[in-house]
Amino acid sequence: MRAPAIEIQGLSKSYAVGFVRKTLKPALQPLHLSVEDGETFGFLGPNGAGKTTTLKLLMGIIFPTSGSARILGRDFHDPDVKKQIGFLPEQPYFYDYLSAPELLDYYAQLCGVPSEERRKKIPALLERVGLSDAGKTQLRKFSKGMLQRAGIAQAIIHDPKVVFLDEPMSGLDPLGRREIRELIHELKAQGKTVFFSTHILSDAEALCDRVAVIHKGELRGIGVVEDLRSKTAVKSEVVWQGSHALASVGPLVSESHTTGEIVRAAVATQDLDMLLEKLRQNHAQIISVTPVHGTLEDYFLIHTSESEKARA
Amino acid sequence: MNSRLAAITLNTFREAVRDRVLYNLIIFALLLVASAPLFGEISIGLEKLILVNVGLSAISIFGIIIAIFIGIGLVSKEIEKRTLYTILSRPVRRWEFVTGKYLGLLLTLVVNTAFMTIGFFAALLIATRTFTRDDAGLLVAIYFIILQFFIVTAITLLFSSFSSPVFSAIFAFALFVIGTFAEDLRNFANLAEGLTKWLAIAAAWLVPNVSSLNVIAQVAHAEHISGKLVLFNTLYALLYSTAAIAVAVLIFERRNLK
Amino acid sequence: MKPRSNSTIVAVAVLVLAFVGALLSLSQVDQVKGKQATLEEVLYIPSGKTLKKLSLGYNSLLADIYWTRAVQYFGHKHQEEELHYELLNPLLDITTDLDPHLIIAYEFGSIFLSQPSPAGAGEPDKAVALVEKGIRANPDYWRLYFTLGYIHYFDRKDYKAAREAFQTGSEKPGAYFWMKVMAAEMAQHAGETSFAEEIWKRLYESTQDQMVKDNAQQHLTALSVEKLIDELNKRVEFFRQKTGQLPSSWYDLIRAGLLRGIPIDTAKNPLKLMPDGSIQVADPAKIPFLTKGVPPGWKKPKPHEPQ
Repeated sequence: MRAPAIEIQGLSKSYAVGFVRKTLKPALQPLHLSVEDGETFGFLGPNGAGKTTTLKLLMGIIFPTSGSARILGRDFHDPDVKKQIGFLPEQPYFYDYLSAPELLDYYAQLCGVPSEERRKKIPALLERVGLSDAGKTQLRKFSKGMLQRAGIAQAIIHDPKVVFLDEPMSGLDPLGRREIRELIHELKAQGKTVFFSTHILSDAEALCDRVAVIHKGELRGIGVVEDLRSKTAVKSEVVWQGSHALASVGPLVSESHTTGEIVRAAVATQDLDMLLEKLRQNHAQIISVTPVHGTLEDYFLIHTSESEKARA
Repeated sequence: MNSRLAAITLNTFREAVRDRVLYNLIIFALLLVASAPLFGEISIGLEKLILVNVGLSAISIFGIIIAIFIGIGLVSKEIEKRTLYTILSRPVRRWEFVTGKYLGLLLTLVVNTAFMTIGFFAALLIATRTFTRDDAGLLVAIYFIILQFFIVTAITLLFSSFSSPVFSAIFAFALFVIGTFAEDLRNFANLAEGLTKWLAIAAAWLVPNVSSLNVIAQVAHAEHISGKLVLFNTLYALLYSTAAIAVAVLIFERRNLK
Repeated sequence: MKPRSNSTIVAVAVLVLAFVGALLSLSQVDQVKGKQATLEEVLYIPSGKTLKKLSLGYNSLLADIYWTRAVQYFGHKHQEEELHYELLNPLLDITTDLDPHLIIAYEFGSIFLSQPSPAGAGEPDKAVALVEKGIRANPDYWRLYFTLGYIHYFDRKDYKAAREAFQTGSEKPGAYFWMKVMAAEMAQHAGETSFAEEIWKRLYESTQDQMVKDNAQQHLTALSVEKLIDELNKRVEFFRQKTGQLPSSWYDLIRAGLLRGIPIDTAKNPLKLMPDGSIQVADPAKIPFLTKGVPPGWKKPKPHEPQ
């Protein structure tokens, strides 16, 4: 069995705050996490949860208060490991006086990609991310979407095995987001391990094999998307004819829409039978009963609520 | 040379060029051209003296200003724009980053100075219509000015490795000014006693002694600069800069970059 | 976990080696240049007034810097017993242009500018110019008149001008009482040893600069030896008149009751009685500024030469 692509072993980060008397403010509690080779892993959490802190720790931008990590089986600070990873930070600007090909050339040089290879790969990559028309335009003139695409390009120009993306969709319009989603799909198809953080759950649902939910520096939940979703499939949607029955079933339903005689309402699964019984008693005509799939959002909201106790 | 180091150096140079830094050359040229008519007013003997003084001083001042103002942004801009994050995610060591930035700015300054020197000699030719053997001394003065840049850039980078751009500029400039009076600090140490004496001595040796690198007055009067002075000044500038960069690296390697 | 320790070790090693190397190179630079090289630029500065304008309000600080340089320059040359102090006047001129109220510069400068070399620059006229410049900027400062009088008296031997200086100065606020006394006595006692002594004594008492004090002390010491020699000359003459012969040694005088013991100078060496009746000091090098009792043709050895 192959070693995990990413193994986070108790990484934590605390900041000392205060002027005279320093207290420790934890930004990340000791995190234990592993990501398998070839997985697309989503790292979810609200703003300020610790997602970016985790990524910065992994990249060596900040130093951990405790713990360590291994990437592709080697220590995460080992410079040689960096040849195998790519990183796209959140809302980056890049060197705005460079053009896209120059940018990729520079970054590829820093990874030790020989010039022959660079000459071949860069135009192909620009084509793939849809920037071949940009030509010699300097990055300062790029739109947000173009910058994001350039960002992904620099993250993969050296063909790394693991790609880290911090909020890759942020600030993009739906078209832009779709393009990035497609790119991530391609990376996945190439067998790369993708680790990306986001707070847009629909993206995570669409792309990830597994996700982890982090809140206030702590890991709150982790698992395969399907499993997490089904944990929260607790509702059913019932449509009936006979709006007079609504009054008697009032407390059982969480939301309802009435259009003429047709009522559409949501009910907790455990109360479904009681609702149907009541409707029959009231001579309402049941039109349809549909179980509603739980969403990741529900799982997310539950695990990031204030009342959640620390994960066991 | 380490290819990553070379890449960062050249990229830093490219940034300075595209940032239109070299446009200062235009101002320099204008300055020389504008002051040229004044030379005609003064007697022939002093023409050259003033031109040399003005020209060399301008080369020195412009260079130092560029060194400080670009130097303070070298690291802070990359942090602000988060480009540094993408650099560090690559097999680039932090010392390579700092050193590459330093060398890139130095390269910019040397190229800048080269152009200014051409302009300067052109002006000299126009004013005096001939070159003499003494003019080789002018090249030595310019070489020393470049050595000053080595030092100023290094200390600017040192300060900007841990403090904000504004403070880095202030500290670097202050250190340069004090360094101009380093010999006087040592004189003062001779006259003082006790703790003041030791503090003055420590300061006098710690501070970059840029005054010995300023030979503008001497070459303006066509004095000869000894080869030994060239050698030891070169050693001093190179070693002092290396020490300053080493400190910058030590600080930068430990920094949690927000 | 912090960054790898081996890169730290390398960086620290580089730092230490480079810095030590830099300091070594710097000391070599100093040696090659010679301490005075920066000062040569002084000759190139068009004028202190221009410098004052350029200093953007920091003229006082700059004045202090130039003053320090002047003192260092003088002290260094003095040690080497050089004969020429060309830069002293320019340095003092610039210092006082930058800060016309830096009294010590006028005082120190004039005394060491006027004294003959190697003790000073031997430029009494420049010294007078400097002090008069100081008086123009500080017309009520009595001590400058004292300094002026001093220069006229000793180095220019212009007793009339000296008297006028003392007189004017004695009327300024805060002047010490002896200024008036000296002005008055100048007419009668100018040229006498006791008068010179008086001036040196007052200078010694009233100056705040250590170098000036030392210089005055040395002059007083020399004068005391000269006075001793004068007194001894009188007794030798007395002996000659009484016995018709010159004394062959001090013992003759002692036996004649004219002396109580062998006379010694301030350097604790016995004075020598020469065959022609003149008196000489044993080691003139120990008593600078001596004008009497120096063996004829004696030349002061340079500081680094063997005695």
